[in-house]
Amino acid sequence: MTAPQPCEKVEDIEIRLLLEALFLKYHYDFRNYAMASIKRRLKQAREQLGFSTFSALQERLLHDPSMLQRLLGFLTVQVSEMFRDPSYFKAIRENVVPHLRTYPSLKVWIAGCSGGEELYSMAILFREEGLEDRTQFYATDINQDALEAAEAGIFPLDRVPLFTENHRKSGGLSSLSDYYQAAYGKVTFDKTLRRNVVFSDHSLVTDAVFGEMHLISCRNVMIYFDRDLQDRALGLFKDSLARKGFLGLGAKESLRFSRHAGAFTDFVREERIYQRRAE
Amino acid sequence: MMAARPEAVVIGASAGALEALSIILHVLPGNFRMPIIVVVHVPPDKRSILAELFRAKCQLSVQEADDKEPIAGGTVYFAPADYHLLVESNKTLSLSSDEPVLFSRPSIDVLFESAADAYGMSLIAIVLTGANHDGAKGLRTVVDAGGAAIVQDPDSAFADAMPKAAIEMCPRARVLSLQAIAQYLKEV
Repeated sequence: MTAPQPCEKVEDIEIRLLLEALFLKYHYDFRNYAMASIKRRLKQAREQLGFSTFSALQERLLHDPSMLQRLLGFLTVQVSEMFRDPSYFKAIRENVVPHLRTYPSLKVWIAGCSGGEELYSMAILFREEGLEDRTQFYATDINQDALEAAEAGIFPLDRVPLFTENHRKSGGLSSLSDYYQAAYGKVTFDKTLRRNVVFSDHSLVTDAVFGEMHLISCRNVMIYFDRDLQDRALGLFKDSLARKGFLGLGAKESLRFSRHAGAFTDFVREERIYQRRAE
Repeated sequence: MMAARPEAVVIGASAGALEALSIILHVLPGNFRMPIIVVVHVPPDKRSILAELFRAKCQLSVQEADDKEPIAGGTVYFAPADYHLLVESNKTLSLSSDEPVLFSRPSIDVLFESAADAYGMSLIAIVLTGANHDGAKGLRTVVDAGGAAIVQDPDSAFADAMPKAAIEMCPRARVLSLQAIAQYLKEV
């Protein structure tokens, strides 16, 4: 028998076992996520949930289903901002919208919608551009709590100045304050913005195509995946897009190294907006 | 135990970073063996121009870090604005948009802690000028993993809070002038 790899730290073994347990018991699959971030988040979870080791956390996770949602809170939720990278939304407005106008009905998928910041940004943009009534939005995430937060559309008041500034820089045609009501340190977004939104539990890791989209926006989600998983997600987007449909990624994400790169053309290169080829 | 041969350098800098980094990076030779991975605090709403600025003056190859990029020796990698930069155990870089740490994204602590995990004893971590406390905790993690800790002499720093905080967390860190840090890197 050969000696075990000396460089495999106990903690790394524990993390692999914990992720395996999470998958086997609950079918949440983080095994192909980029590990440095996952490890950081798991360490926060271990500390804040009060476990001395990942093994102890794993034992509780296997025997106490209520631990699942708490752990997912650490593994998945992230704070975004409305109209994050205003130039991206400006490019959607100026370059993508003119193409979308030519369709009688539209499907738009916000993949990995987290707390809903990007969804509301897109819904406001579509209302401003007069496309809202012909558009069906899909907002998906793997975290039920995040989906509920997105559906509620409530954000802390202190984030609104940033959202407002971003909206203005994105070429917003109205005032962001037209879309929310402020009270008790929070703002609640106009519920009519989600009139045409379906919120749904969907995993880019394990789930399949569910509709033919004209625009998919998936920003700063795939950076958490390893290369193989990025390829799976991009394949899913490719298969989900209508011919000449659009795919928008985060500022530091690209198709460059993907085996699906050939299925797309650069549409607004510097904003990482791609178009599905026609054939 | 003998210190391991260093394989990588990580640097964190904030207020006054440009000048401090210039003194170190401009003098390193083109055949410098190790990768140098750098977090500088920059405003989140700007595209970082650090890589362009330094590329012109450095003999090393300089670039902004890309997600999932394999780390190459003799290359300086800058964290992009508004993303954390991390080192994976397979010696690739990854980015994250996790929450800011100590109000910073990119965060020096996040880079240092992940690099300590990936490189262990084979890491050199350097904290330079800055007006906050980012980097101190990360430097401690580097030391605990057996890596080498270097801090810019606070008296010579444009802003001394960050080096002071780092020294407090790591009393045995080498405290050096910028010129001495450059010399150390050339000789190590």
